[in-house]
Amino acid sequence: MPDQVVFAMEVTLNGLMAGVLYALVALGFVLIYKASGIFNYAQGVMALFAAMTLVGIMEGQVPFSHLINAMFGTDVHHFGWHLPGLAAILLTMVVMVALAWCVQQFVMRHLVGQEPIILFMATIGLAYFLEGLSDLMWGSEIKKLDVGLPQGLNEMIDNATYNIFGYGFFIDNLDIVATVIAALLVIALVAFSQYTKEGRAMRAVADDHQAALSVGISLNFIWVMVWSVAGFVALVAGIMWGTKSGVQFSLSLIALKALPVLMLGGFTSIPGAIVGGLIIGVGEKLFDFMIGPLVGGATENWFAYVLALIFLVFRPQGLFGEKIIERV
Amino acid sequence: MKKRLTALALGALMAAGPAMADLVFPSLSYRTGPYAANGIPFADGYADYFTLLNERDGGIGGEPVKMIECETGYNTEKGVECYEATKGEGALVYQPLSTGITYQLIPKATADGIPVHSMGYGRTSAKNGSVFRNIFNYPANYWDGASVAITHILNAEGGDLSGKKVALVYHNSAYGKEPIRTLEELAKKHGYELTLLPVDHPGQEQKSQWLQIRREKPDYVIMWGWGVMNQVAIQEAVNIRFPMDHFIGIWWSGSENDVLPAGEKANGYKALTFHNFGSNYPIYADLKKYVYDAGKAAGAGDQSGTVLYNRGLYAAMLAAEAAKTAQDIHGTKAITSQMMRDGMEALEMTEEKMSALGLPAFGPEFKVSCENHGGNGFGAVSQWDAAAGEFKMITDYFQSDQDVLNPLISEDSSAYASENNIEPGCN
Repeated sequence: MPDQVVFAMEVTLNGLMAGVLYALVALGFVLIYKASGIFNYAQGVMALFAAMTLVGIMEGQVPFSHLINAMFGTDVHHFGWHLPGLAAILLTMVVMVALAWCVQQFVMRHLVGQEPIILFMATIGLAYFLEGLSDLMWGSEIKKLDVGLPQGLNEMIDNATYNIFGYGFFIDNLDIVATVIAALLVIALVAFSQYTKEGRAMRAVADDHQAALSVGISLNFIWVMVWSVAGFVALVAGIMWGTKSGVQFSLSLIALKALPVLMLGGFTSIPGAIVGGLIIGVGEKLFDFMIGPLVGGATENWFAYVLALIFLVFRPQGLFGEKIIERV
Repeated sequence: MKKRLTALALGALMAAGPAMADLVFPSLSYRTGPYAANGIPFADGYADYFTLLNERDGGIGGEPVKMIECETGYNTEKGVECYEATKGEGALVYQPLSTGITYQLIPKATADGIPVHSMGYGRTSAKNGSVFRNIFNYPANYWDGASVAITHILNAEGGDLSGKKVALVYHNSAYGKEPIRTLEELAKKHGYELTLLPVDHPGQEQKSQWLQIRREKPDYVIMWGWGVMNQVAIQEAVNIRFPMDHFIGIWWSGSENDVLPAGEKANGYKALTFHNFGSNYPIYADLKKYVYDAGKAAGAGDQSGTVLYNRGLYAAMLAAEAAKTAQDIHGTKAITSQMMRDGMEALEMTEEKMSALGLPAFGPEFKVSCENHGGNGFGAVSQWDAAAGEFKMITDYFQSDQDVLNPLISEDSSAYASENNIEPGCN
């Protein structure tokens, strides 16, 4: 088999894995949009906040320590414990639920019935607030995140592909873990929305707020729940991306990777986020591999958007999005 | 009543107006946003040095220093706004701390007669002071960095790079593209093959670039990164098991922030530098006594001794020494920005001077002149020791290839001069 074909296969596999990571970010957007029609600009910052909180809890960091020390002249930084990853994840989830409650109680509840653009603007404000809050709570230094996920070359795939093609493929163990977790997450989310009372209530709210209210569904509860689930997805995305690059403020920029995925997969479909992520991941990697060298490289960022725009020409609602028909 | 109001208004005016006797050093810092982790230690070091001078010496030459900090968020537009907002305060020199902001400030600061010091960044050809009269980039610039990296590789390979492959992983921006021309010229001279691998901002996803490195197996990888790009690149290099001692970053890719997320496996990663590391210098005793223990440390006071804190300290030290030189030249303590420019142009950093300042052997010796605003182009190579958790110098300071660089600087600065109708000269 020609070398270029073998290399293209490796690139494709890595593209699929990268796509899963993009989809993890996109899922959070889809959940909130589906349930409340809000495009949550703060989803990337939520991933940052979740990851910073996770590291802070694991390392026993005192939240707001710089502020406390500056105000009271103390010198407290750490509680002196180091929590295992799973316990820290659970505690972080509690914080994310509390955040969801605060968002609903102090922001969204007051904006019920407003135009979508108002809600969108509110999430922009929320993004800036959360970014500042993360900084104030946990500091702005880059933190190493290690919840025990494997990283680096997968030896088995390397050896197996070497025996077949005479060239060992590089697949990152972390990407494999991310793929498994994303698959489980999607199954869990679909099962939750299809087979649980709360999930069905969430879908009812998504279809028609007023009709849902009229049958006794609490909008407040559903929206807190949706923001909590989005917070959980943000935590998963934050763990995966934070393990790759360290937990730092650039994590909030991963939202940029989710936008073409959403455009392509549709804003209202959970499977769409996954399929969109995979198409974007493979598309951008293969394009960069084949065309990149001819145009000076660094094609991935813009090609993802071009690819999404091409799909939009044919399916404006995205591959899996709901077609909006407005009758006059 | 009218008299009281007039007196109050006058008092308020006097309090609000700039104290013109102070030596004003604006600090265009970035303590927020994606690059805050790097901006904070530099800003803290810069501020702490001036605090030390005020507390210990009563300022520079007895004239108090006033540092005005303005948050840029590493954003070019905000950086220019900071410049406009602070220049009226009697600013003596600007350290933009961003290549993008530096490019914007070159014409503005030149027109306003305020010097700019872009230490280890900015427009490389500003080294030619006969064209860039107000811009300084001592002690080293990007092209020096590229040449120092290649010289280091050359030494490691026994003086022969023919047939070797060198890859440049760079931030796809004006900053990241700076070394390309130099590396191409050096490739012609030494016979290595250069591969260019751009990474788009912010650089969180670099799988394509590192798969290519794994396929093509370059002998060395040089990196021109910033922010998250550095951490991801080092992690990806670890993942593909690229030998870390063959991976060399520019000085903006060589802080603790860049290597710590990759853990133990980042051990051996190399980075260039133009100043030393750690806190084992006499000046730190003074900093402890007059700044830290007095509760006057900038920020959270937790950055002391880090690579970028030391860089901020070094930048402030060079600014203060230039101010002293200006005071000596003009025979006045209350210098203006034009006098400061003269001081910068006459600055000479010697080992004797650095030792007297409590920073022995902290940086290379150099002398600035009208023709040479960039120093002598000396740099060194450091290596990350993961067990010790610190970068360690593994070479002395050595000079970049001036035979290759000087014609490039001359060519680029001449082009700038003709585009902007500047008559080069030193008078």
